[in-house]
Amino acid sequence: MRHILGPLLVILAGFLGWEVLHFVVANSSLPSPFETIVQMGVLLRDPDFWKQASQTGYAFGIAVVLSTLGGIALGILLGMGRLAGQVAEPILVNLYSLPKVTLYPVVLLIFGLGISARIAFGIMHGLIPLTLFTMNAILQLKPVYRRSAAVMGLTSWQTAFTVILPAILPQVITGARLGVSLCLLGVLIGEMFAARNGLGYMVTHAMERGDMPTVLAVAVMIAAVALAANGLLLALDRSRQP
Amino acid sequence: MSPALASVAAPVPAEHHARLTGVTRVFGARKGTGVHALGPVDLDLNRGEFFSVVGPSGCGKSTLLDVLAGLSSPTAGTAEFEGKPINGVPAGVGVVFQEDASFPWLSVEDNVAFGLRRSGVDAAEVARRVDYAIGFMGLKDFSKAYPAQLSGGMRQRVCIARTLVMQPRLILLDEPFGALDQQTRLLMGDELLRLWRETGATVLLITHALDEAAMLSDRVGVMSARPGLFIDVLETGWPRDRDSRIVSHPRFGELTAHLWDKLRAESLKHLRGS
Ligand SMILES: Nc1ncnc2c1ncn2[C@@H]1O[C@H](COP(=O)(O)OP(=O)(O)O)[C@@H](O)[C@H]1O
Ligand SMILES: [Mg+2]
Repeated sequence: MRHILGPLLVILAGFLGWEVLHFVVANSSLPSPFETIVQMGVLLRDPDFWKQASQTGYAFGIAVVLSTLGGIALGILLGMGRLAGQVAEPILVNLYSLPKVTLYPVVLLIFGLGISARIAFGIMHGLIPLTLFTMNAILQLKPVYRRSAAVMGLTSWQTAFTVILPAILPQVITGARLGVSLCLLGVLIGEMFAARNGLGYMVTHAMERGDMPTVLAVAVMIAAVALAANGLLLALDRSRQP
Repeated sequence: MSPALASVAAPVPAEHHARLTGVTRVFGARKGTGVHALGPVDLDLNRGEFFSVVGPSGCGKSTLLDVLAGLSSPTAGTAEFEGKPINGVPAGVGVVFQEDASFPWLSVEDNVAFGLRRSGVDAAEVARRVDYAIGFMGLKDFSKAYPAQLSGGMRQRVCIARTLVMQPRLILLDEPFGALDQQTRLLMGDELLRLWRETGATVLLITHALDEAAMLSDRVGVMSARPGLFIDVLETGWPRDRDSRIVSHPRFGELTAHLWDKLRAESLKHLRGS
């Protein structure tokens, strides 16, 4: 129950702040929550909206899958090779704090203007946190777990899948929560800056037309999806615990 | 002797159950500035005896246990278990570590069954042995609980039960009660004695508590400061069916005093050295 309450409160606070803003901003170029909800209804019945959403969903889905698999694999590799992990950590942290938008032209140069550039940009955002979380989980693994596995006669495979994996899972899920949100961010930024389709493009395009209800309606729906994904992973994390 | 926990007869009968000959361990020897942690140490564990090792901290007690458990190989010397050189973790050796080694993602029951389930024993036998070990360690009411819900002493019981179900013939315990309070330690000592009698296993207990060593053991090995050497091996002469009530026996005081006599100088060395 508590993990539903969190996102709900966020939404409620958002709406309240928004309503206040709507009244304070004198010229009222900011649509009210009501106008936005009406526009949402319009969009949800518009096939073009669904076409754009499926573009974003497709890029987002692939970016999530690839950055999750890649991040976990990379994190395990770096965590196992203790030295490699120690060398890699500062590099990854620095890369992570880099404003990645500045690198987007390079990504475009490499991948062209198609959907693969947006996928790559999503992965660039989502991969590093998951790698860092997984790597640190392995580096901090209690040595006694591996020693216990050894004295109970487990093979390396059994140790990897029945001891190490469950032991690092909580941190991996935390990393995945961060990674998923950042993947979405990466894909949307990619669509905003260089694309002719996708929800990010739809927002920029509506902005150019001064169609604020559409901008806000799409933004709210994206926020809802992001919160739902986060809530789902949080619930997954909690469900494993007693 | 209870059938569910009794150790299986050793495949190769040996006069000495486990034997260390000239075992030395140097850490980082190749880099030139190695830490000489242990030895050379000779040790003969008789089948079915309760042997304790006491010594100042950092003297190489855990290193000694690791060699016997096959978790690390000696820099020099040989280690044998049941007449065969120790090379990797030998079948028939169980270890209880000082740190809490229970898996937080598994219930008590699944923790206890963990090693056994992966050793090819059939499900009915797993259930039978797990049930018995859980009952034996007084964990019946907690079998569905998770380690996070248990006290440190209970968690250590889970780890002991997890070792027991494997029916080890040699049980190595590395300061298993180090983190527990004095009363709990005395009671756990009683459980350990009961377990030792029922299983017929050989027990090697590493402890920093002299009273624990004096109360539980048939023999106590006293180690010097690092590099650890046995400076004395003391026979306690207790009957097999003893328990913690022997602390009121006059010999208990004598034994503890003797151990402290031997250890005082060594502990001082450790204190000054660190
Ligand atoms: N992996 C290791 N590398 C280097 N030194 C070690 C290692 N393990 C233990 N030592 C050193 O060896 C000595 C003995 O350690 P240990 O066997 O753990 O002592 P005890 O269990 O008696 O407290 C200590 O000085 C410790 O610092
Ligand atoms: Mg130790």
